[in-house]
Amino acid sequence: MGRIVIDPITRIEGHLKIEAVVENGVVKDARSSGTLFRGIELILRGRDPRDAQRITQRICGVCPTSHSTAATLNLDSAFGIANKIPDNGRILRNLILGAAHIADHILHFYHLAALDYVDVAKVANYEGNNLALKSIKSFIERGELAPFVPRYEGDYRLPEDVNLQAVAHYAEAFNMRRKAQEMLSIFGGKMPHNMTIVPGGVTEVPTVDKIASFLWRLNELRDFIDSVYIPDVLAVAGVYRDYFEIGQGCGNLLSYGSYELDGKEADLTKRARLFKQGVVSADLKLEKLDLTKITEEVKHSWYADGTSGRKPTEGKTEPQPAKEAAYSWVKSPRYDGKVYEVGPLARMVATYVSGNPMVKSLVDSTLAKFNASPAALFSVLGRHAARALGTKYIADSMPAWLLELKPGEPVYVEYELPEEAHGMGLVDAARGALGHWIEIKDRKIANYQCVVPSTWNASPRDDKGQPGPIEQAIMGTRIKDEANPVEIVRIVRSFDPCLACAIHLITPKGRSLGEFRVS
Amino acid sequence: MAKTDEYPVIWLQGAGCSGCSVSVLNTESPTIKNLLIDEVIPGKHISLKFHPTVMAGQGEAAIEAMEETHRKGGYLVVVEGAISKDSAYGAIGEEDGKPVSIFNRLASLAEKAIAVIALGTCASFGGIPAGSPNPSQCLSVSQALKSKNITTPVINVPGCAPHPDWFVGTVASILLLGLPKPEDLDDVGRPKAFYGKLIHENCPRRAYYDEKKFAKKLSEPGCLYELGCKGPVTYADCPLRLWNGGANWCVQSGGMCIGCVEPGFPDIVSPIYEKMIAEPAEKEV
Repeated sequence: MGRIVIDPITRIEGHLKIEAVVENGVVKDARSSGTLFRGIELILRGRDPRDAQRITQRICGVCPTSHSTAATLNLDSAFGIANKIPDNGRILRNLILGAAHIADHILHFYHLAALDYVDVAKVANYEGNNLALKSIKSFIERGELAPFVPRYEGDYRLPEDVNLQAVAHYAEAFNMRRKAQEMLSIFGGKMPHNMTIVPGGVTEVPTVDKIASFLWRLNELRDFIDSVYIPDVLAVAGVYRDYFEIGQGCGNLLSYGSYELDGKEADLTKRARLFKQGVVSADLKLEKLDLTKITEEVKHSWYADGTSGRKPTEGKTEPQPAKEAAYSWVKSPRYDGKVYEVGPLARMVATYVSGNPMVKSLVDSTLAKFNASPAALFSVLGRHAARALGTKYIADSMPAWLLELKPGEPVYVEYELPEEAHGMGLVDAARGALGHWIEIKDRKIANYQCVVPSTWNASPRDDKGQPGPIEQAIMGTRIKDEANPVEIVRIVRSFDPCLACAIHLITPKGRSLGEFRVS
Repeated sequence: MAKTDEYPVIWLQGAGCSGCSVSVLNTESPTIKNLLIDEVIPGKHISLKFHPTVMAGQGEAAIEAMEETHRKGGYLVVVEGAISKDSAYGAIGEEDGKPVSIFNRLASLAEKAIAVIALGTCASFGGIPAGSPNPSQCLSVSQALKSKNITTPVINVPGCAPHPDWFVGTVASILLLGLPKPEDLDDVGRPKAFYGKLIHENCPRRAYYDEKKFAKKLSEPGCLYELGCKGPVTYADCPLRLWNGGANWCVQSGGMCIGCVEPGFPDIVSPIYEKMIAEPAEKEV
């Protein structure tokens, strides 16, 4: 037994710290802590409700489009226009969100996750004519290897040809994710932080030239997803098959669904969406989402205890940095008092279980390649596969939406700013279920609450002491080499957390961490 | 093989959203691969020693890469995000088992840096997290360094997010010509090359303004001034440079300019969708 400390974890978004205890080579306990507080919800109070769309995007520069979507759905509902958005506006919002998710998922696999599996250093022996690989070889020969070294050593298993190709694809994927952001900007104005998604619809109008320009960027991206991204995920899965069994997590999945297919239904729990809404557990039965069952607990978070257990509609954010029992700025959202994972896996499984033929065939054919049952989806590789297949499902759905656009028809509907109102916006962001709630008084924001995907996934223990999804996924994992605990970072990154982490591994007899107890 | 000069860079993330990093990933020519791997200027290579979103390493080794660069000196610091005055609100890595605040990291790194690029509006001026009531007591990089009497030059490259060209252009200029001279920067420390003119001066909707053809609702053609456009008080070259490979930009898309490169953003431009009280002021060319 030795003490190991990892701090910080990189290649994720934001600031998160995870502490784990290892005994006899197995993680006995883990704690996940968000280490940055900005108080966006407090900043929103007293502002013009319409500004929420601009400000909440700035919660995250990787997934601003998801926040702008949640905020506008929230404001649409508060302004009483949720069922009045013109079809053009609804479809353009879907296309902008789709472009964002494609960019995000490519970024996640190649630039955030892949370096845990792919060995850039082996390009030193490359003798071929691929331009990207040749330039990486000269880079290695110059001897300054940052940002690819330092890194964890020891478990790079890909065969040489597969590895070389994956490195070349790492370089190519930079161009592809950029292209997806360009595609987004055609209707979204710019990225990061789109300009056009607003309550009432969008501000940009569809024209034939924009539709064509969007379509041909989309076609190129679809080729990349089919011929490069999915095959690379399968290639990694083929070599790292043990990761179908590692990082299972809590086994409960929650999806809000996303991509509006019905503009006439105001109720977000009834509206038809491309990805299905609902909760699924290991028995693979889809249950209808009951929003009244969502609460946020703060016993182990740096917020006043009196604010624990509230529904998001009544949520409060009262920072208390010195609180003794707390170890995170992240709250603990729970559904029916239980721990739930959100993300591409959750929305794909919800859609799969609902019987959607395209998703069923994508998932079943992938599982068949590995002689695996759906239970294997609850794993590190299951999350990567769900993300890649979900990217294809979105991208393949988008051309038909483009052709439904009607140039010259309205994209936006006017509204009156209400004196008093409540609103709710739900969407599955790239990283999972994202909810915004607003209370308006005197035409100003009286209260605004966001429950973001990584709050679900990276949550600390709740009031009952149940560990959060990432904490549970790490616990029980065997660590082969405590000096290079790559298993843990692979698990954490499979969730694509939207926080920058620091992970600590300590033995039960290691250094004291205050109130930290090993059960 | 000809010798390559290595320019070490440490990239810190404070109270921000990583949007500045994402924007730099969008750089067109050079591409981000060119920036990371190739000689961005012949004979000169940027060696990205620490970047939380990009680097392969993690844990102590990542912090050690930062520390080693610190010990050697002669590096450039890029800061994305504002700096909280209170160490409880933001930390990165540990020292002797205790979290090190982002403020202290910045202070020790800045002392030995050639210069600090405050990238984005949060680092340049406080930005979103410093919006009223500034719950986490955020400072701009300049304010943070000044409070510790650190005199390392700071170049502000604001924008929410900043255009990748503004960042790449600022770095390339340092590699080619050295640090900017005082006359190269405006009164709030921004390179005049990118922030020298009002959006309003070069706006393609300017003719509508001059003819008083104002859009009455979003998504309409016409000048967006009456709907709240902040182009008349915002200094940036967006109308000429365009965004995301020329695909679009804020005013062209009907989303209007929200003044995201200006000190005081977002409070000074709020409410965003209300007409400004002051009339636009023309600056001498």
